Amino acid sequence: MLFPPHARVWTGRLLLLTLVVSALVAPWTFGPVHLQLGTQMLCLLALAYLWNLLAGYANIMVIGQHALVGMGAYAFYGCSVLLEWPLLQSLLGSLVVGLLAGILMLALIFQLRDAYLAVGSWVVAETLMLACTKFDAFGAGSGMGLPLDLVKRLGRNPTDRAIAIYTLVALVTALIAVSVYLLMRSRIGLALGAMRDNEEGAASIGVNTVRARILCFLWAAPLTGLMGALIALQKLRISPASSFSMTDWTIYVLFIVVIGGLGSLEGPILGTLLFFVMREFLQDLGVWYLILLGALAIAVILYEPKGLWGMLRRVLPDDLLPLRHRPPQTKRKPITP
Amino acid sequence: MWMSILNQLLQGVMVGGLYALFALGLAISSGILRFVNVAHGDLIVMVSYLFLSLVTGLGLHPLLAAVLLLPLCFGGAWLLQRVLLHRVVGQGVLPVILVTFGLSVIVQNGLQGVYGADTRKVAALGFESATWSLGGGVNIGALPLTIFVAAVLMIGGLDRFLYRTRRGAQLRAIADDVQAASLVGLPTQRLYGLAMGLVGLTVAVAASFMAVWTNFDPSAGPNRLLIAFEVVVLAGLGSLWGTLAGGILIGLAQTVGAQVDTAWQSLAGHLVFLAVFLVRPQGLFPKY
Repeated sequence: MLFPPHARVWTGRLLLLTLVVSALVAPWTFGPVHLQLGTQMLCLLALAYLWNLLAGYANIMVIGQHALVGMGAYAFYGCSVLLEWPLLQSLLGSLVVGLLAGILMLALIFQLRDAYLAVGSWVVAETLMLACTKFDAFGAGSGMGLPLDLVKRLGRNPTDRAIAIYTLVALVTALIAVSVYLLMRSRIGLALGAMRDNEEGAASIGVNTVRARILCFLWAAPLTGLMGALIALQKLRISPASSFSMTDWTIYVLFIVVIGGLGSLEGPILGTLLFFVMREFLQDLGVWYLILLGALAIAVILYEPKGLWGMLRRVLPDDLLPLRHRPPQTKRKPITP
Repeated sequence: MWMSILNQLLQGVMVGGLYALFALGLAISSGILRFVNVAHGDLIVMVSYLFLSLVTGLGLHPLLAAVLLLPLCFGGAWLLQRVLLHRVVGQGVLPVILVTFGLSVIVQNGLQGVYGADTRKVAALGFESATWSLGGGVNIGALPLTIFVAAVLMIGGLDRFLYRTRRGAQLRAIADDVQAASLVGLPTQRLYGLAMGLVGLTVAVAASFMAVWTNFDPSAGPNRLLIAFEVVVLAGLGSLWGTLAGGILIGLAQTVGAQVDTAWQSLAGHLVFLAVFLVRPQGLFPKY
């Protein structure tokens, strides 16, 4: 035993803190190219946390979240360019549209179960994407670039813009991560944990299973839309192919969460790091990169369902970010006969 | 004018036959094996490419290639079930979706790596453009009619197999309650393999017809899966003839949509599905 168990946990927490701090001071320490890479990483991390909330904690497996990303991006374009709202209001607009699209998706697929729900969400996503290609104001099938004056609002030169976008994305990602943590520590999190263990048992002791699930979905949906808007800001364009891209916003996110560790807070971080490391070294392989990713995901599900974090967790006595609820310590003296 | 509309509607009904063939495999895997194979569409496309290789690479006659594909796909699907899918069948929703999703990504990119991203089509010695006249100006394509007849025959054959034979009864038993079935001594793993083999047969037929009728490329899988899924949900759980009805509905919707504008074709299909699903979520002819 090289490290005593509790030292390992605190080492892990220290590493996590270092990561967070380096992400926070990045605008001052990194140049625009690295900041853009950081922005991409944080975007995927945020989407990973949101999908993890849905699939890992609330057990709503959707594979249609790329529709919410796309709707958020298109809403942002609509608000900021067509309605000419200021930046902040446009972002809020994408939040609202994300919520509405989420409500629509939920209303359509809530009756379905399990795999039917997953593919049903995909059908809704496909429908929303096809519907968005019909509007010429949004560039129909080929999309539109964001106009220059909108881009200039972020900053006068590329470096300022990179810093501005990075800061926005970092703030939203932090908001998402913290909100997921707080949500899971609240009664909703307790309810979801009970439902995961035994849904009928949880319902029989009074857990409102429907309400818990719906709340999680309605929390994740607008934030996904907001991420879509930020992604459009980063890419400087909206289009059905890139804003609604299933590969970028569902497949990659799915693999990140599954390989990193589904149903944990540390897993998405591990998954994102691994994903970008793999991308750096393996991108020249072209199609083989995705094949490898798919094979890795299958291997993880078959042999280590809790992912990389699951493997690490076995040598750690506690989570880095504990979600467990300890029973309250009683101060009364025990009753002696 | 009415003649051309009638011809188009007839075409839509015939397309329904092809969609029913797509959906038949998914109906079996969701009804008997109780999982939705997200890679179903990609497997159809993969077999289409196999068909392409047999016809153009080996120079086989299309009919011979199609017949050759039948045992090949039966064996391949059986192998897939026994090697990979049996580990995740019945283990809850997450592993199945993730494994088949990973499989879908692998197949799509593998096909792109091997065959390239161009759209392909298999030429079937002019059969695909032959039309027969039914009199009164109504024309019907020979190929679409053949596909429709093949769909009806396959559904009828599967229906007979499931409901009139001993093996079919065993398959229905494991569909109802697999643990009880193994309690009475049924070889559940081998039956699962058989069920998946049947899926492979339908995939072989569907893929051969699809390869001759439409263009396909490595990324065409998800589109087929979504169509098959919509048809299965419209049909209702456990219904085989319902897939024909569902397929015709979607086919008609797409044809009508295409009349409005070619870009509305897919969207019309999806919208009709969502509308019918909202009104009748259990499907048109559910057995359970």
